[in-house]
Amino acid sequence: MYEIRWHGRGGQGAVTSAKVLADAAFRSGFEGVTSQPSFGAERRGAPITASSRLAHEQIRVLSQVTTPDIVVVLDDSLLGVGNATAGMKPGGTIIVNTTKAPSELGIADGIRVVTSDVTGAAEAAELIVGGQPMVSTAILGAFAAATGLITMDSVEAAISHAFHGPAAKKNIDAAKIAFECTRA
Amino acid sequence: MSDQVSVMTGNEAAANAARLARVQVIAAYPITPQSPVVEQLAAWVESGELPAEFVAVESEHSAMTVCIGASTVGARTFTATSSNGLAYMTEQVWWAPGARLPIVMCVVNRAMAAPWNVLNDQQDSMSVRDAGWVQLFCRDNQEILDTTVQAYRIAERLHVPVMVCYDGFLLSHTMMPVAVPAPEQIDAFLPPFTEPFTVVDPGDPHNIGPVVMAEPRADETGATRGGYMEIRALHHRALLDALAVIPETDAEYASVVGRSWGGLTWEHLLDDAEVVLVAAGSLGTQLTVTAEQLRAEGVKAGVLGIRAYRPFPVEALRAKLAGRRLALVFDKALSYGYEGPICSDLRGAMLGADGAPAVFGAVCGLGGRDVSPEDLAEAARRALTDLDAGARTRETDWINLHLEG
Repeated sequence: MYEIRWHGRGGQGAVTSAKVLADAAFRSGFEGVTSQPSFGAERRGAPITASSRLAHEQIRVLSQVTTPDIVVVLDDSLLGVGNATAGMKPGGTIIVNTTKAPSELGIADGIRVVTSDVTGAAEAAELIVGGQPMVSTAILGAFAAATGLITMDSVEAAISHAFHGPAAKKNIDAAKIAFECTRA
Repeated sequence: MSDQVSVMTGNEAAANAARLARVQVIAAYPITPQSPVVEQLAAWVESGELPAEFVAVESEHSAMTVCIGASTVGARTFTATSSNGLAYMTEQVWWAPGARLPIVMCVVNRAMAAPWNVLNDQQDSMSVRDAGWVQLFCRDNQEILDTTVQAYRIAERLHVPVMVCYDGFLLSHTMMPVAVPAPEQIDAFLPPFTEPFTVVDPGDPHNIGPVVMAEPRADETGATRGGYMEIRALHHRALLDALAVIPETDAEYASVVGRSWGGLTWEHLLDDAEVVLVAAGSLGTQLTVTAEQLRAEGVKAGVLGIRAYRPFPVEALRAKLAGRRLALVFDKALSYGYEGPICSDLRGAMLGADGAPAVFGAVCGLGGRDVSPEDLAEAARRALTDLDAGARTRETDWINLHLEG
């Protein structure tokens, strides 16, 4: 079982990321998937988390992920305020939306650091809502590139299930760009 | 199987069930974490995908009142609520079963205020357990869909409303794969409701729901009719009949759709278990992991899940627990000043039963307090230590409580 914890800010769409990941992972062959919000009262801009689990059997654990294999950070400013790497399993992977190099992020040794300019990918795909680049679906391109656990075909299918028409296309374009700009 | 499997929340599973049941009237008032159920249904009614009447009301009390009116004239009705919404509805929560109306309501379990808290426990539905509804608890999103469909069959056979209870956020907002049966499968399982208790005929007007006195007395034709106590005894008998109807319905559903949920109870690794972990709802799912963990440590543990809480399946529980050392009951609710409600009920059911185990209670998850399979295993280890020290009863164990500081 892969345990994944999402770190974002209220309004950034971490819950959407987790939901679309669950769908994409199911389409990629994981028979057991769950994704859940952190069940807090959300405020725009406040740090929030979400949990996902992927396995080849039914998931029977419904508590929050506290010992993640993979951590996904939608906003690199969270690395300073939240304890994003708390409880990570040895050899785990952290995926960060950032323009910085992995070595500039100050993440402890023993954790595989993967970076992707997901905000830049959203801007390039003109995926802008209310003046803000939307990273919630684009980050799945980085997730696919960093982990190999889900295919880009399944990401496209999951996005097409969650969004329709021109919105779906922009979200898919952004995910593809984020996939390409992911660096380990 | 023609099931379409997709990843969805528990709330989406409930909405899909109501659509497959071809509900005719939906009335609801929004409250977290239930709101997405009726938002989805409202969208389907608006788009024409669900040919039903959606009645937007100003309160939960009115939501149940609309369901009562619609069900009285024979419509298949649906509503959903949580927590304080259920509390605000309470007067009509008692009316619906007393009037023998086959309403189905999803209760998306949430803690009661004060203090305000939108998160999960099961205090809300437990607080109306005595109102005369069938109460079924679900362990995952698939069971929410299947049980909500089954609930209509149970309700309409018995003329008793059914509450389908599922854990807020832990299931309501958690996505997982759910198989959605084909409409024709559900149509074969659940024919239209054609036999309401009260037939409303404008050409033959009757007073529905009149005052009923204590003693039996003659109606307008001279026939003797029961008083309040006779009506209540018949209602109670219908709840007891549900002990047979719930498993029959589950078996019929399995024959059409291919999935069974165990009827009144369900179990995991129970055969040779000496320590039995008991719970209702999604906690039971987590306890299956706990039982496996305890077995790896050499403890013969198993899980007995409560699917039907009302009626309470006394005979089934006695049979399944005979000869065990310990039944450890995990409640997500409390009768303040006493103990967890499932624990009390199980203790009562075991009294005088052959081979009855010791019954210990634990309370966890109040107001959404996170509880992991390891937390539950630790509680089981504490219970075993107490049992080995000779305890046959003990105070309720509060899991993950941090009172100090």
